[in-house]
Amino acid sequence: MPIDWFPLWLSLRVAAISTVLALGFGLWLAWVLANRQFRGKEILDAAVSLPLVLPPTVLGYYLLVLLGRSSPVGRLYEWMFGGPLVFSWQAAVVAALFHSTPLLVKSARAAFESIDRSYERAARNLGASEARLFLRVTLPLARRSILAAAALAFARSLGDFGVTLMIAGNIPGRTQTVALAIYDAVEAGKGATARVLVLIISIVALVVLSLANRLTTNPYGPRQTAL
Amino acid sequence: MIQARIRKQFAPGVESAGFSLDVEFQAAAGITVLFGPSGAGKTLTLESIAGFVRPDEGRILLDDQILFDGAARVHLAPKARRCGYVFQNYALFPHMTLRKNLEFGAERIPRLERHRKVNELLEKFHLSDVSGRRPHELSGGQKQRCSIARALIGSPRVLLLDEPAQGLDAPLRFELYAMLRQVRQEFEIPVLLVTHDFEECLELADEMIVVREGRVVQSGAPRKVFEQPANVDVARLMGLYNLLPVEIRALDPGRNVSRLRYEDFELSGPYFPGRLIGDRVWLCIRPDLLSVAPRNGRPGMNQMPATLLRIVERPDRMRLQFAGDIAVEVDRREFEKFGGVKEWVVEFPQIGLRILG
Repeated sequence: MPIDWFPLWLSLRVAAISTVLALGFGLWLAWVLANRQFRGKEILDAAVSLPLVLPPTVLGYYLLVLLGRSSPVGRLYEWMFGGPLVFSWQAAVVAALFHSTPLLVKSARAAFESIDRSYERAARNLGASEARLFLRVTLPLARRSILAAAALAFARSLGDFGVTLMIAGNIPGRTQTVALAIYDAVEAGKGATARVLVLIISIVALVVLSLANRLTTNPYGPRQTAL
Repeated sequence: MIQARIRKQFAPGVESAGFSLDVEFQAAAGITVLFGPSGAGKTLTLESIAGFVRPDEGRILLDDQILFDGAARVHLAPKARRCGYVFQNYALFPHMTLRKNLEFGAERIPRLERHRKVNELLEKFHLSDVSGRRPHELSGGQKQRCSIARALIGSPRVLLLDEPAQGLDAPLRFELYAMLRQVRQEFEIPVLLVTHDFEECLELADEMIVVREGRVVQSGAPRKVFEQPANVDVARLMGLYNLLPVEIRALDPGRNVSRLRYEDFELSGPYFPGRLIGDRVWLCIRPDLLSVAPRNGRPGMNQMPATLLRIVERPDRMRLQFAGDIAVEVDRREFEKFGGVKEWVVEFPQIGLRILG
């Protein structure tokens, strides 16, 4: 029985891209939450965690409204890239992004906050700009925790179902990720396909998570586990 | 030369009492020690100078540059202050080698010059052999030396040290003192050192500033502070004095005598100008100025019968602790002469008695 491997590749690609994007945005957000005091910080903090607790359909609905073809963001995207964002594989990246960034922000923030303040003071005292402080001191000291957080985000991205279904759809060969493919396979009674995909995705997640846990054994700080 | 006037208020919180810092002092080249108990505001003072915390008001001048001015709203960033800072935990970057740690502080210096300067400091602080190691592979002394070398690499105009001898054992402490004396000699910048150890003050300080509860209570050469504590708090902080609450019973300027009452014992001292009969004051006397003798018969003038509680052996002297919070330090041989005596008198000198109000 031939198995369609496209959903697996799509999922891995979506997860990889969304992890890279989450790192860029999430690290900045985590740093802001860890180091800056401002009004509305509590609300921002809560908003970041919101995707972790909202039903995927609610999140998907928001994203449809925000990114749909009639929304400003959707129209801007269409104008820039010549095609709608929703119901494309790029929309699956957005879905994964919203699912994984909160995890990344939470872990990275904890990593930044666990760094002894005196290192930052020492760096500033030695004439370092904020950028150099971040790149040469903060980031290297938090490096392992951040890699672990990225691994977690990657694993989380692989597993999204609801949001992807709502904004990317379930188009075989175009937007059907492995989670959706498994659902389809079970519905269609293709037990063998479902079993193979389930097994593969479980192994990938297990490997990634154990990697994350190995990484969080921080040589400079107290021992922690990612989950 | 550094001149500072620093004010900062902390409102009382749920789990903390409020605190107010209000200090004013200056320090020239040489070692100035900020001495005081923990929680006096010494570290906060250093942090204000380095720019880690922003005072509410005041003015901090380093040479001719304004680092902070509350009224003019000047608050230079720490990176612009050129204050060398030695942290209590050293704060050496754990992911960098010693050499990298030093280079981090020298990045503004042109490359060739930087290399030369890093080598020079590594050599001066006997770190050349271990320059490729990371902090966790070093001994406490090496870390200590590296943290001072790193603080000096940017040619700072003042060196700030926060309890540098904290947690070091005796040999390392003496090594540190020797190193700081060397720094004093070679760098000709003000060195501001925080400690609560009076021995350290005597060991290092050219000038000392006694800080207590956020205020400067006395400043001057350690010798002078030691000999003439400004008040009973300063005397108590140094932990070197017997402090006995006494009442002045008689004052006779003509014969230059006075009578003081401590519990139910009267002793005679010199005339104290500016005091009144009935004043309750503190008699302040160093343990080595008291002497002891076996008690036989009626105690003589200024001899107070006392119960010996315990003996602390010092290398050259014995410290005798008597009931009523009186300590006496005597020569070992002199003490051993009396062997086996149970009843004692403590003898107070008549001249040299000092009182603090």
